[in-house]
Amino acid sequence: MSEMKKIKNLKEFSTSADRFEGANLLCPGCAHSIIVREVLNATNDDLVLAASTGCLEVCTAVYPYTSWDASWIHIGFENSSTAISGAEAMYKALKTKGRLKQPDRNPKFVAFGGDGASYDIGFQWISGCMERNHDMMYVVLDNEVYANTGGQRSSSTPIGASATTTPAGSISYGETRNKKDMMGIMAAHNIPYAAQVAPNKWKDMVKKIQKGFATEGAVFINAVSPCTTEWKFDPKDTMMLADLATDSLVFPLYEIIDGHELNITYRPKNVVPVEEYLAAQGRFKHLFKDEYKYLIKEWQERVDANWAYLNRREEARV
Amino acid sequence: MAFDKMELRDIEVWDGNFAAAQALRQCQVDVVSAYPITPSTPIVEGYAKFKADNYVEGEFVMVESEHAAMSGCIGAAAAGGRVATATSSQGLALMAETLYQASGMRLPIVLNIVNRALAAPLNVNGDHSDMYMARDSGWIQFDAYCPQEAYDLNFIAFKVSEDHDVRIPAIVNQDGFMTSHTAQGVKTMDDDTAYGFVGEYKPMNDMLDFEYPVTHGVQTEEDWHFEHKARQHNDMMTIVPDKIDAAFAEFEKLTGRKYNQIEEYSMEDADVAVVCMGTSVETAREVALEMREKGIKAGVVGIRVFRPFPFAKIAEVLKDVKAVAALDRSAPGGTAGALFNEIAGALFNTDSKMLLSGYIYGLGGRDLTKKHLVDLYTELQANADAGKVLTKQQQFIGVRGPKLAYL
Repeated sequence: MSEMKKIKNLKEFSTSADRFEGANLLCPGCAHSIIVREVLNATNDDLVLAASTGCLEVCTAVYPYTSWDASWIHIGFENSSTAISGAEAMYKALKTKGRLKQPDRNPKFVAFGGDGASYDIGFQWISGCMERNHDMMYVVLDNEVYANTGGQRSSSTPIGASATTTPAGSISYGETRNKKDMMGIMAAHNIPYAAQVAPNKWKDMVKKIQKGFATEGAVFINAVSPCTTEWKFDPKDTMMLADLATDSLVFPLYEIIDGHELNITYRPKNVVPVEEYLAAQGRFKHLFKDEYKYLIKEWQERVDANWAYLNRREEARV
Repeated sequence: MAFDKMELRDIEVWDGNFAAAQALRQCQVDVVSAYPITPSTPIVEGYAKFKADNYVEGEFVMVESEHAAMSGCIGAAAAGGRVATATSSQGLALMAETLYQASGMRLPIVLNIVNRALAAPLNVNGDHSDMYMARDSGWIQFDAYCPQEAYDLNFIAFKVSEDHDVRIPAIVNQDGFMTSHTAQGVKTMDDDTAYGFVGEYKPMNDMLDFEYPVTHGVQTEEDWHFEHKARQHNDMMTIVPDKIDAAFAEFEKLTGRKYNQIEEYSMEDADVAVVCMGTSVETAREVALEMREKGIKAGVVGIRVFRPFPFAKIAEVLKDVKAVAALDRSAPGGTAGALFNEIAGALFNTDSKMLLSGYIYGLGGRDLTKKHLVDLYTELQANADAGKVLTKQQQFIGVRGPKLAYL
C-alpha cells in the first residue's frame, strides 16, 4: 500500500496539484467538479479514470481538448464501471507477466457516473463489478436527475421533485416514487467498503476516499451533488445546499464496511428541518401549496425513519 | 508463477470452438472478458480451463452480459495489452453499441463470432445474421469455413488488428455448430512458433503508461466527428487490405497454409459461379466439381475477408463469368442480400456482362444440400445460355411452402 496523502486544512487541499483542470464546461456552481477534485486530490498515486456519458464526460473531454491530466476513458452511458474493471484486469495481467512500464507505481482505478448512469442504465454493470470485487472505486455524482439531457427523472429522483418527465402540474406534485437505496443495494454485494459523502464535508469525504483507496477490492461511493440547473438554486449557493442536505439528514453521511458494519460519520449539531432543504430548491416549490403540504410532513417522517434505521444498524453491527 | 506450455500433436482433432480457444491460449491474451452464449460458449469455457490448469497467465474476467464483455475488452485494450472475447447472435446484438465504440476508439481487440441466427423466433443454429448485423460497425471481419481456419485466422486477426498502422478491432467468424461443434483434423503450430507469429503486444496510447496520460473516448460533434469516421474508413480501404495480405503471406511462409481475401475455386474458365461464405463454401466446391463432370463450367468464390470488402478482387474474378449467384444466409429485411449488393456494386460501372441473381438460404441452421446447389448451378447455366436472368433476381431456397421470389 502506498503512503496516504496528508491533508490538514482546506487551503492545503485546494492548492494540491490538479489532475482535473478548471478548464471545463461544467455549469458555474456545479458540485461535480468539486467532488471530482476532492476525490483526485485525496491521493498522490497514479490514477486511471473512467466516466460514464453525462455532464462530467461531455464537459471535460471535448476533442481536441481534455480537462484530465491522468489517464481517462469514456465508452458509453452504462459502462464506465466495466471500462475501469477491464483496465484493472489488464493492470493485474501485466503485473503478473512483468510487463508494466512503471512497475513501482501503485495506481488507483476510479470510475465516475451520474445517478442516471448508476441507479438506472448502468446498474447491472456496476453490480457486476462490485460482485467480482475488482480493485476499483465507483463514484456516483448523485444529483438526482438526468441533468445532461435536460432534467428527466431517474430512479434517484425523490418524491415531490418536479422533473421534465415527472413535471408538477395542476393535478401532479411531480415524482411519485421514492429514491432508490443504492447504498443499501451496493453494500448487499458484501463489498469491502461503501460510503455516502458530500462535498461540503470535505474532511469526512477525504477520509472515506482514502479509506477506499487503501481498501483492496471494490469500493462504492455515493456523493450528493447539488445541481444548480435542475434543483434550481443560485450558483453561489451550492455549498449551502450541500450543508442543508447533510444537516437535514436528507443525505446522511455514513459508511458500510464488508456489507454489515455501518458507521455514521457525521452527526449534525443542529439538525435542520427537511422543510428548509426543500424550500431552498425550485424543484420542490409546488410542495408549499396548501394541498401538498402533507408531502413535506411525510418527507420529514421518512428522513426521521431512515435516520433511526441507520442508527439501529450502527448499534446492531449487522 | 510461470505458465505451462502445452504439447500438441502436429494434427489435433478439434472443433472450431476449441481451435479458437487454443489460438487464444497460444497468443497469450492478456485479458479475456467474456460472457457465455450458445454456440460460442465452449471458446470461453476452454479458455477458463486453460487458466485453471495454468496454461495461460492473463486475466479471465467472466462478466454479467455481452455488453459488459465488450466494455471490459475496451477498457483492457485502452489500458494496453492483448484482448479477446467470443460471442454469438443475441450476445453480439447486445454488444452492438460497444462494437462501434471499440472501432471508433481504434482499439485492437479480437472477437470470435460463432455465427447464429438472430431472434425472433429464438434459434440457436447457424446463419449469418449476426455477422451481417456487425457489417457497418467498423471492424475487420474474417470468415472461417472450418476448424482449421478458425484456428489460423485468429493469429492473423491479432497480427493485423494490433499493427500500429491499423489499430482496428477484428472479428473471426465461424458457422455455429457446423464449424464450432464439428471436430476435424487441425494442423497445429507449437506454442513458441504460434506466439512468435503474433509477437509480443506493443502498446500504444496505453492508459497504464503513467508518464503519458491519455484521454480515450472523447466527444466530437459536427466539427470533428466526420473527420474521425472518414479516417477510420480510409484506413480500412487503403491500409488494411495490404496488411492482411502481408499477414497471409507471412502465415503461409510459416505454415504452408495459404489464405486469400477471396478464395477462388475452379474459377479460371468458369461460366457460372457461386459466391458464398462459411461452411457452404466447402459444399459448393464439391458440387462445382460434380457440375464440371456434367459439362457445366462451375466455380466458387468464398469471401474470406468480409470487411474491408474486397471489391477490386471480386470485380476481377467475376468479370468474365456469365452468371453468378450471391448466396446470403441472413434475412434481407426488405432489400437484396448483402452479398448481392456488394457484388453488384463491385461489377457496376465495369464492362462486365455478368448476370447476377441472389439466393437467401439456410436461415436458422436450415441445411444447404448438394441438391440445392445442383439446381442452383443448373439455373445459372440456363441464365448464361439465355443471356438474361430467367428467374426473379431474389429467390429463397430450402424454405417450405410456395416458392418465394422477388425483385
